[in-house]
Amino acid sequence: MMWKWLHPYANPETSYHFAGKILPWCTRLAFAFLTIGITWALLFAPADYQQGDTFRIFYLHVPAAMLSMGIYLGMAIAALSSLVWQLKLADASAAAMAPIGATFTFIALVTGAAWGKPMWGTWWIWDARLTSELILLFLYLGVIALHNAFEDKSLAGKAAGILALVGVINLPIIKYSVEWWNTLHQGATVSKLGQPSMSADMFWPFLVCFIGFSFLVTALICLRFRSEVLQRNSMRPWVRSLITNEEKAHAV
Amino acid sequence: MQFDSFSAFIDMGGYGFYVWLSYGVSVAALALLIFTSISSHKKIKQQILQRQKREEKLRQAAKLQQAQTRAEISSHS
Repeated sequence: MMWKWLHPYANPETSYHFAGKILPWCTRLAFAFLTIGITWALLFAPADYQQGDTFRIFYLHVPAAMLSMGIYLGMAIAALSSLVWQLKLADASAAAMAPIGATFTFIALVTGAAWGKPMWGTWWIWDARLTSELILLFLYLGVIALHNAFEDKSLAGKAAGILALVGVINLPIIKYSVEWWNTLHQGATVSKLGQPSMSADMFWPFLVCFIGFSFLVTALICLRFRSEVLQRNSMRPWVRSLITNEEKAHAV
Repeated sequence: MQFDSFSAFIDMGGYGFYVWLSYGVSVAALALLIFTSISSHKKIKQQILQRQKREEKLRQAAKLQQAQTRAEISSHS
């Protein structure tokens, strides 16, 4: 049943055009949500009663950290479907997601350090939460390196996919590190369902920022996925005619 | 609005450096990601186009050569 539904999307040409169709909408929504969200976070959200205006870092740090893990999960699912069902497009989407996830992991680490310095008195500490997030960055970099290490893209996808799957063990470690080990890092504030530990005038700008970043991630995945599909299918007739037609349209 | 003046906004209650460092690095990292994603997409299209043009040229050259040899053969006979 799922196969019937998925069947048209296993076609690279259909997926290329589908990604191209949703790309401009995601870009517009990302721009709108992020403009509102960041303005709200910087100008209108209240300062925290303990942390003052450093709390404004929260609106970047938490969405970036959540997305760094979410993108990794998506990449690992793509890698699994590539390894198990030999879906070539899954490889392309995993390769598309890796640099985006790495960027968000980097942002989570830098904003965390810039928040840690005034609040904990140190940029960095080798505790469970921070170290496991740093390992996530290295996993992403490893996956990117493996995708680029082989001329044969399906071999590269296999190698990168295995690393991505092994690295999934890191996700629960990041998530529960604040409960399993003693750490300076505070526990979950927004993902505690049913018992909000945040006031509404802080939660709403966070949610708007998070939705904005999610749309940005989707737009970037679409864009990079299209590049990957073109590169992997460059000899196919549909790519050749697509490129020639675009060239003609530009020349006119 | 949480701030009375622009300088208070920049100062961020004394934490201006850390707040603006976070926002600056995040914007820079995202801008770099967006820029490289767009430019690599264009580069891949350019590469495919160039290869196609090269192939077309080779095909034309082969055709020309074939025509020449055919003409030579027919003039000899």
